[in-house]
Amino acid sequence: MSVNGSALRKRRRDDELKLGALALVIVAAGHVLLALSESPAFPPDLWAFLGGILALFVIAHLAVRRLAPRADPTLLPLAALLLGIGYITISRLDAAAGAADRVGPTQALWAAVGVVAFVATLVLLPTVRALARYRYSFLMLGVIALLLPLVPGLGREINGALLWVRIGPLTVQPGEAAKVLLVVFFAAYLVDKRELLSSGSRRIGRVYLPDPKHLGPLLLPWGASILIMVQQKDLGSSLLFFVAFLAMLYMATGRYGYVVIGMGLFATAAIVAYKTFGHVQSRIDIWINPWQDLQDTGYQLTQSLFAFGSGGFAGTGLGLGRPDVIPVATTDFIFAAIGEELGLLGTIAVLIGFMLLVGSAFRISLQAQRPFLKLFGAGLATILGMQTFVIIGGVTRVIPLTGVTLPFVSYGGSSLVANFVILALLLRISDESAAEAEDDAATEEARRAIESAHA
Amino acid sequence: MNANIRRVGLLMIVLMLILAAQLTYLQVLDAGRLANDPRNSRTFLRDFTGPRGAIIDAAGKVLAHTVPSDDEYGRQRKYPLGDLFSQTVGYQSIVVGSVGIEKEYNDVLSGRDLKSVKIDNLGELLLDKDHTANVVLSMRADAQQLAKDTLRGQKGSVVVLEPATGAIVAMYSTPSFDPQPLAAHNPREVQVYFDFLNADPSNPALPRAYRERYPPGSTFKIVTTAAALDTGIATPETDFQSVKSFTPPQAGRPIENFGGRSCGGDLESVFVQSCNSAFALLGVQLGELFPPQMRGFGIFEAPSIDLNPGAVVSIGPPEGSFSTNKPSFALAGIGQGEVATTPLQMALVASGVANGGLVMTPHVAAEVRDGDGRILRTIKPKPWKQAMTGATAMTIRDYMVQVVDRGTGTAARISGVAVAGKTGTAQSCETCDPHAWFVAFAPAEAPRYAIAVLVENGGSSGDEATGGRVAAPIAAKMLRFLLGL
Repeated sequence: MSVNGSALRKRRRDDELKLGALALVIVAAGHVLLALSESPAFPPDLWAFLGGILALFVIAHLAVRRLAPRADPTLLPLAALLLGIGYITISRLDAAAGAADRVGPTQALWAAVGVVAFVATLVLLPTVRALARYRYSFLMLGVIALLLPLVPGLGREINGALLWVRIGPLTVQPGEAAKVLLVVFFAAYLVDKRELLSSGSRRIGRVYLPDPKHLGPLLLPWGASILIMVQQKDLGSSLLFFVAFLAMLYMATGRYGYVVIGMGLFATAAIVAYKTFGHVQSRIDIWINPWQDLQDTGYQLTQSLFAFGSGGFAGTGLGLGRPDVIPVATTDFIFAAIGEELGLLGTIAVLIGFMLLVGSAFRISLQAQRPFLKLFGAGLATILGMQTFVIIGGVTRVIPLTGVTLPFVSYGGSSLVANFVILALLLRISDESAAEAEDDAATEEARRAIESAHA
Repeated sequence: MNANIRRVGLLMIVLMLILAAQLTYLQVLDAGRLANDPRNSRTFLRDFTGPRGAIIDAAGKVLAHTVPSDDEYGRQRKYPLGDLFSQTVGYQSIVVGSVGIEKEYNDVLSGRDLKSVKIDNLGELLLDKDHTANVVLSMRADAQQLAKDTLRGQKGSVVVLEPATGAIVAMYSTPSFDPQPLAAHNPREVQVYFDFLNADPSNPALPRAYRERYPPGSTFKIVTTAAALDTGIATPETDFQSVKSFTPPQAGRPIENFGGRSCGGDLESVFVQSCNSAFALLGVQLGELFPPQMRGFGIFEAPSIDLNPGAVVSIGPPEGSFSTNKPSFALAGIGQGEVATTPLQMALVASGVANGGLVMTPHVAAEVRDGDGRILRTIKPKPWKQAMTGATAMTIRDYMVQVVDRGTGTAARISGVAVAGKTGTAQSCETCDPHAWFVAFAPAEAPRYAIAVLVENGGSSGDEATGGRVAAPIAAKMLRFLLGL
């Protein structure tokens, strides 16, 4: 290993530590501000809180330092910041909620489980490229995870969506795992078949149409997303899956034809669903005019819009607004709660956080040399970005509201653990690519050394 | 593959920018509308669970305040003076909404109006000091009480204001109601009481002093006289033939003088005797000039008053209708027919004469003070209408003094103070007893108070009632008390 390599490792990890410290300072300040809104004294649990978040971050950081030292330094601090802002918002909502509805401590526990999953992923997966070999196993696992809530006696319907599975005392959302599993499969499959899929023949205008016999791979995700939409009544995940897949197909082949056909397929399904299924139609109608049935169907969305408006530019300040009147504020509508108390300043800050997170993920994908790593990283980046867009767009009425979590910010164990795994995978890809680049550089150096010796 | 990945990455950034644009729209451009939308429960929660300033009369007496309660709201609005101020201070109700001062000054009472907040230092701002403010009225609880007592339960209104400032001192009407049950937190109880108030045929929830119109009768001759003098249709020297009645063109029905007597003479004489024949004639002679002169007093235009809902508009025969409806203008000359005014408007007419022709904008609140008693805002006197020239005002003032001295208004005499007044006995329908009116101001030479008294359908005097007999004594009692005599 070259001297350059170890310098890179040290610099990246030191940067990560410094950025992490900055994130922790912001989160700790939020915790103190929240306490000050209730009484003019520092929170009694300040040291416990600081110790807790510091321990979680340091464990994750040390794991990266040891197991993926060359990885990108921005992802972990950004995740810590978003998780911290989410936790502050959740504990702020707890303060206004009844004892039975408090979820802050559970979220803290899930954050710890998430860090364990993060470390475990790094430990158990020395190289990401190994995953490509088991693509069909991942496909099977992914499909099973998707279908699990439909098994009678196992599935649980919450808020009208059949997404949960009960295991002992826990209710988990296997769809969150399916998300990751299917992206692995898609990436491996598309890298394999990408030459074939790119060889379009027919052309309409400037758009090449793929050979009809290659449309098969489009139909599987299409079917899966329709299944989710119809059977599990989960429009958000359905949209997420399909768009992510379509984006990966495009990134693998560079063919707009797939995108056009895919959009057509999705639009057809959406129109049929609108005409056929009440829950789809009601979502769209609310989106078009949430004010018309404000007390009933439009209640959630209008409460969210009121929260954003009441927050205004600078927000009411932590603990000084009434985000407790927003329905399901800890999960689907957490961004509205942030909008009310932190204002436009806060929402744009969180949005920038996500832009940096998604942007770093794309950068990791671009820096990878192996097509599989590239596509896998880009797929994960797309999933993170789309999920952010779908939920924030939903609560701000840019698109119809569909319930997905805001990555790292929303309350929810399955989502948090899945996102920590995604984070670990991205860091692993980053480290792996940097290691390969180092090896290439070392080989080149050796070659030059030999050449100069000969000369 | 990199180019494709970059494109998708760019798409993600575009999507995020769309979100940023929408957030800017919601949180800046549309924020005011969303935040103040009445359906936004934050407004509601803040109004009922947050601290709220008190409403205080001119002498510091508490008219409305908020006390701790042990229900889920934590606070309860109280109205210690019951029915005395329910039609001006109003009430704050979870079920039926808010009215009166409670609604009009909600922003300062609830501390939402940051414009009126004085911040001494940064510390106060950071500690989020309670910004609720108290509203101090120009109204007086003792004057309200006297108005209530002197009306003795007869349906009617008393309005007293300061001519120079437009500040309302008393504004009470019978019947009234206790606002306290409307401020209760049990929605069913509130609704039952509200329905009960609205089902009452005497309509106690109606603030008749500023939201009900009546024919003003002869008190309106002040307006007719001012119009005639300012337009040159008449001068103080104009001589009116002594006749029993006047029959307007286009109508067979003569307008008779009170008691069918003959009545005439110069302008002062017909004013003091309140000759219908002379003023009906003036109404016709004014013709199309009449409505614009009424407009000068504020007829056809609701006075802006700091109550919510505000005052209703007073009306007269519309412009352009003279050629087709001359009898209406004759009747308007004596305050009948199409003329209908609020008691508040008639008090403003008297105040216009008292104030050299200038009618001030009426207001109920005097100032806004913070919790420490510091004045945050003073409601400044604002001119509303120039009703007549100063010279005309002087002339009419002298006539009004004569009315009380030797005319129809002698019951309003106060020893030691010159009172200027005008009586009115107004037909409201063929078979009902007439409304008794009296408008006045005192002291005549340096007016401090202007007053309008209306007793509906003559009150307990029935068909015996005249403005001079029923309404003038009430005005005299009010003025004597307010002048400290």
